Order: sequence, then structure tokens, then C-alpha cells
Amino acid sequence: MSDTHTSESSGDVFDLSQFHGVFYEEAGENLTSMEALLLETDESNADDESLNAIFRCAHSIKGGAATFGFQDVADLTHVMETLLDRLRRRELAITSGMIDTLLESGDVLKHLLASRQSGTDAGIDCTELVARIGAFAHGTVAAAPAAVAVAPAAPVAASLTEAPAGAIASPVAAPLAPGERVLEIAIGPLDQPRFADNVVELFGEIPGLGTIEPTDDGKPDASQTRHFRVVSTVTDSDLLDLFSFHVSREQVSIREVGAATTAVAAPVAPQVAAPDPAQEADQTFGLFEDLPVPVAVEVRTPDAVVVAAPKAEAPRAADRAAPASANLESSTIRVPTEKVDQLINLVGEMVITQAMLAQTGRGLDAVVHQAMATALTDLERNTRLLQEAVMAIRMIPMTAVFNRFPRMLRDLSGRLGKKLELHTIGEDTELDKGLIEKITDPLTHLVRNSADHGIEMPADRIAAGKPEHGTVTLAAAHQGGSIVIEVRDDGRGLNRAKLLAKARERGLSVSDSMSDTEVYGLIFAPGFSTAAEVTDVSGRGVGMDVVKRNITSLGGSVEIDSVEGQGMRVSVRLPLTLAIMDGMSVGVADETYIVPLASVVESIHMTASDVKSVGGTGRVVEVRNEYLPLIRLDELFDVPRSVEHNGGIMIVVEAEGGRIALLVDDLIGQHQVVVKNLEANYRKVPGVSGATILGDGRVALILDVSWLIRRVRH
Amino acid sequence: MNARANAVVNAVVERPREYLTFRLGEEEYGIDILKVQEIRGYEQPTRIANAPSFIKGVVNLRGVIVPIVDMRLKFGLGSAEYNDFTVVIILNLGARVVGMVVDSVSDVMELSPEQIRDTPEIDSVVDSSYITGLGTLNDRMLILIAIEKLMGTAEMALA
Repeated sequence: MSDTHTSESSGDVFDLSQFHGVFYEEAGENLTSMEALLLETDESNADDESLNAIFRCAHSIKGGAATFGFQDVADLTHVMETLLDRLRRRELAITSGMIDTLLESGDVLKHLLASRQSGTDAGIDCTELVARIGAFAHGTVAAAPAAVAVAPAAPVAASLTEAPAGAIASPVAAPLAPGERVLEIAIGPLDQPRFADNVVELFGEIPGLGTIEPTDDGKPDASQTRHFRVVSTVTDSDLLDLFSFHVSREQVSIREVGAATTAVAAPVAPQVAAPDPAQEADQTFGLFEDLPVPVAVEVRTPDAVVVAAPKAEAPRAADRAAPASANLESSTIRVPTEKVDQLINLVGEMVITQAMLAQTGRGLDAVVHQAMATALTDLERNTRLLQEAVMAIRMIPMTAVFNRFPRMLRDLSGRLGKKLELHTIGEDTELDKGLIEKITDPLTHLVRNSADHGIEMPADRIAAGKPEHGTVTLAAAHQGGSIVIEVRDDGRGLNRAKLLAKARERGLSVSDSMSDTEVYGLIFAPGFSTAAEVTDVSGRGVGMDVVKRNITSLGGSVEIDSVEGQGMRVSVRLPLTLAIMDGMSVGVADETYIVPLASVVESIHMTASDVKSVGGTGRVVEVRNEYLPLIRLDELFDVPRSVEHNGGIMIVVEAEGGRIALLVDDLIGQHQVVVKNLEANYRKVPGVSGATILGDGRVALILDVSWLIRRVRH
Repeated sequence: MNARANAVVNAVVERPREYLTFRLGEEEYGIDILKVQEIRGYEQPTRIANAPSFIKGVVNLRGVIVPIVDMRLKFGLGSAEYNDFTVVIILNLGARVVGMVVDSVSDVMELSPEQIRDTPEIDSVVDSSYITGLGTLNDRMLILIAIEKLMGTAEMALA
């Protein structure tokens, strides 16, 4: 903000474009939550909380859009707001037609905002939509025109104008609206007293903030300080945020001299006495969100939460879960992903440096260098904690993905003529942001597949003795170092015989003795047009093989389970992050390789006599009554040896539903490794999924276990 | 106007350029200095299985994995010994970073266009399309290589 101090005309032409990014992000979030709330809304029994929350979303977008001069967005949100305002005041009853129209408006807004953001012309004409919403808003109640007429005059938080006009002339005498406070504000000492005028100007520019007037006749006192009297509902810290556009926070002192009785006497108690608790809370929210946010960091103060709290306890609040989650966001900050990634890279480097130090430290005499040894131990612990903390920044809850499905299922059920319900479990499960982005498409495909091919038509379901509503369940949970995401439906399931027949028709090699898992796995075969023919539903036949390939490329796996007539379940297992992996380092002659710990089943000491040969060259080894193919790493990677090595350690690894044994010389240890990309400067190497840097600074290659298993199979 | 523009272009083209010169066996080579990121001593790389023999493996360059190419093996020159004098030139080729093992680095030289002669058609292990010319300086001859082009070829098996 320092630059605004130096500019003469900073108070007049304040460049708002720097806040556009924040506005787009916030508007996007508001649209997402509005959509979610609309979908949850029950037409017959809509609760006040949701209606208020939806209103607030539209209201915030409108406020921001108006501030930045996005007229089309502001116009559309304005009529939405008018309609929503009447809905929440119970002047109109919500209908499914309204919900559909509001959802449609949300989509239009998304397009409008996207085109604003990319600087292109959306070419969307919302006149018809605006008229339609307007018709809803004017609809049945006679009082409607008045509400519409008032709203344009007071674009933000119209309710604030309830404060009597006389308040401006004599703030002390005027009765205070609930939540309003009278503050004495001193700004100074100032080098340039006119900065204080800029503050007054800015205050006046923000609608609904309250009143400000000088108590010093516009002249600074001896210490170059200006004095003002402010009547406002805003918290001290919000005022400071606002003032800090022009003066530094240290120069501002705020003293409260009076307040509306309800707000001060019982700020946390249920505000039954207040005229309209929901409305009052709304003032706070509305005001806050209308402020131009000074930096990309939004920290809501505890004060705001205190005022919001009574709302949740208001007797009319039917659903208490929703407001709680709204308050959760209050202490978040927005940071560009690159910054986090840069941090992660740096910490990765630090982990390597720390490992190098630790290795050097081990060579020192523990008695002589005791202090050094202690410091190194501390460093190791702190580095590990730091790494975990930094990795946690990138983790975001699955809600980010799951949120898009209610809307999709609603649309699908309309198009397919099916009744669909969505259940989500474990949406708080966290996953790396990069993975979340990449898993969204495969999951969308799986859900669409379930709705399209899995769930039967309502009549068929009733005939089969099932509830008319088909249920698609999305479940996410952590399991060890991975996350498992399941897409389940209670539809018709897979038919083993039909799948086998289809596979034979396609010329795939199958046999009746194949396990169910293997048979179901056939739908992942490329060119195997999935449920389309098998379940007699017309489909796009978009390949499940693409889904499988995408998931495999993320280091994950996918499995299908099904009971015919009862439904099917697709389980997607993914690593939590792509950047760090638990690895087991193994030695082969003088070389070191890393085996991903997630794929290691067990390791066993072995002597040369345990190895049996099949057909001359193929070698197998018996492990727990099962013969596993054996791969000697030294042969596979052509490791040069000066002396013949017998025996060694056998590591049983598992991937893609298969197991093999790897023969190595010895196990070196387990540790977290930072996964580095070989392709960045070199290229893909068969059998190697990446590389990492060891404690001594050398590079070690990470084995691609899936590739090894596929190699044995073919 | 046009003539002036041409004059400017020519001036740019004809400005003397700087080359890093290095030795492979008995021969002396030169590459555009702007492609050189740094010069390091040789450290044992991590071997990559089934790679061509001239790809010695990969090393850790401050957290980045960089492949190491031994030009002596690639061109069949010199004895490919690794000792304290063996040098790795780290090339920054825009899209990728590659290390190149050479016998020794000589110096940085400025060559004006008139010091650069055309390459005659000869039969050599180095494809003449990667040789931009032969630089002459007193009685020395520098083989000037378009290093980015050379490293980008399928033959180098780097990508």
C-alpha cells in the first residue's frame, strides 16, 4: 500500500484492477457454494439459513462486480438478489422453477466472469434471463414493485439505510441501529494531514459502511493529528484494514464511545430481541465482503464470527451444520500455487542437505562432537516436521472434487429420465492439489458411467424390488500411504457371462476359469466398449481404458467389484502425493536402487538353491506355497560385478494385481525420498519411474514396479 | 530504409562471437559460449542401464538430475580416461541441461566471421551438418559445433 502514499491523487483514482484476481476467486467460491446450497434446497421446506446464505452469495458477487464496474454481472446478480431477498423474507415461496433458473444464472455468471477474466467478450445476452428472474420476483405478492424500486437506490445492504437520516447530522442523538457503534477515531501524527481526508473520502465511497465526520473542523491539532467520529457496524480491525489504504495502522487509534444496546449487552447470546437476527448477521457479512480487500490475504476477525454466532443459535435456524462450515473459512489465506511449490522444492533440497550433513556427522567422534551430534539430531527432526508441514499445505479436501457431482447427477437424472441420489462419504479426506486436479476427470467418467449404465430406469428398479431412486455413492478414505476413492452404485452390476462372451467376440484371450476380478478387469481393456452392449444401454462407449491409464499414470490403481443385480464398486487407489515417496533402498553390487515401499509385500533371505528354473531360462521361487517369477536386478540392469554374488535378499513386490520377487544383494534402509523427474533433462528409462538424491548427493533410480510386473507377464 | 535495415542485420551477424574451446584427443573444438552454463570436475554418475555407452549416466546438479554424455566415446576420440583433469561442461540448451565430458577446456576465444572457413566434404564420425565451420587462429584449427542441434538428434538418445 505504500505506493498510494506517494501519489498525489491516490484518493481519487484508486486502481482497483489489482484486486480483480481476488474478486474472481471469491466470486467463483460464492458461485460454487450458491450452487451447492441451491441443490440442497427443499422446495417444500426451505430453511432460512440456506436462503440467507444463498442471498449472501449473490449479494457479495454483486457488491464486488459493482465496485469493479462489471455491469453485466452486477445487473444479473441484482435481480437474483431481489428474488432471493423476497424468498428469504418469505414474501414468496420457492419453486423448483426458481431453483433451475437460479442455477442457470449461476452458469451464466461463471461464463461472464470467465470472459471478464480472460479479457474477451462473452457475447452472452442475459436480458431474457434477467426478465425471467424479474418475473419470478414480481410474481405473486403485490408488495413486490416497492422492493424492486428500493433496491437499485441502495445497491448494498439496503437494510442499513434503516438508520435514520438524522444520524449523519447528529450521530450521538440519533438512535443507533442494532450492532452500530459510535467510535472516536484519531489519525496521526501525519506528515501530510490531507491523507486523513483521503480516508474520509474512501469511507464515503463504500456504501453502507456508516458515517464519518470530522470533530476538529478539518484542522489537525498540535501533534498533527485529525479527529473523527464514526458510526458504523464494522469491527475495528476492518476499519483499520480500510484506513490502511491511506495511512499506516500505527497512526490510527480507535476508541468506542457508544453502541447499540443489543449488540453490546449480549453479543454472544441468542439475539431474540433483535428485530431480525438473520438480517443483522447479513449486514455484517455484506459489509465485510463489499470492502475492497487490501491484499490477497483475507483474514476474518474474531469479531465478525462473534456477530455471526448468534445467528446459528437463532431459534429459527433449522440446519446448524451449514453455518459452521461457512465460518471455518474465516482464517484462511490465499497464496498462489507457485509459491507453495517453490517452498516444497526448497524444503526438498533442504532434506537432501540435511541427509548429507547427517551422513558426515556419523563419521565424527560422538564424545568429542557431542554438541554437534545433538544439533544434527534436532536438525533431522525439524527438517522432517517442516517437510510434513509444507506438504500439508498442498493438501486439499476431496470436497473440491465431490462438489461438482450433485449438479452433474441432477442434470443427468433429467436427461436420462432416472431418479438419482448422490451420497458422499469422507469428503474431508485430503489429497495433494495436483492429484485432485488430475483425478477429477476419471472420477467424473466413473460417476457418469454409474448413472448412465449402472442405475436402471425407475420402472425396472421397482420391478427388481429396489427403491425407485438409484444411489451413487462417492467415498474417500485414507489407507496407509494412499487414498482410496470408491464410486459405488446400486444398479444392475456387471454380468460375468456377458463380459466373457463379449471378450471372446473381440478376440481377447479369456477363459471361464478367470477370477471375477480378472473378468471385471476386462472392461478396462482398450477397445472393449464397456457397458454399452453388455448392459443393453446405449452409451458413448468412452473408454474405461482411458480412466485406467490416467489413474495408473498417477501411480494409482483401479479395481472393480460387482454383484449382479446389486450394483458395482470401482475403487481407485492413489498415492497421497507425487512429490515424496516412502522408499526402500536396496544395494546391487555397488549400485543403489529405490523400491517404492507401497509395493513391497515382504523381503526374505534367500540362497541360490531356492531358485528353480522353468523352461531353462525362466526362474521362479517358492514363497508361501506360491511360485513367483524371480527377476534378478543385476541381470535386468546389467550391473557390473567384480565378484560373483550368491544368495541375497528377495523382495516380494506387488502391483496391478500381480506379484513378483526381485533379487537384490542387500537392503540398505527405508526413508522418504524426494521424487525427481528423469525426463526433464533426459528421457523415460524403461523400468525406472524416476530418480532421487541420496544422502551423499548421488542419484539413485526408483524402480517402476508396475513395469517390471508387466514385463514378466508378456 | 531497406538498405539501412539490411546493414543493421549484417552488423549483427558479422559481430565477432565468443567460443569455448575444448580438446577431445588431438582435436580442438569450439562451441558457442552462450550455451555453457558452468564447468565442473568429473564425478562418477549413476549408471543408467541399457543406455548407449557414451551416456555415462546421471548426476545431481544442485537438486536437478542431469545426464552426462562423454563426447570422447561419442566421437571415438581420445582414451576416455577419467582423472582429476577430466572436465564436464554443463550445457544449458534451453529446453534441457546436459553435461558433456571432454579431455580439457582450453580457453574462450573470439572469432570474427572472416576467421571461420567452410567445412569441406569429409568422411568423419562427426556428421558434417553439425559442424558450422572451421575456425582458424594462428596455426590452430577449431572445429565449431552447433551443440544444441547435435544434442537434439535422435542419435544422442537424450530425448
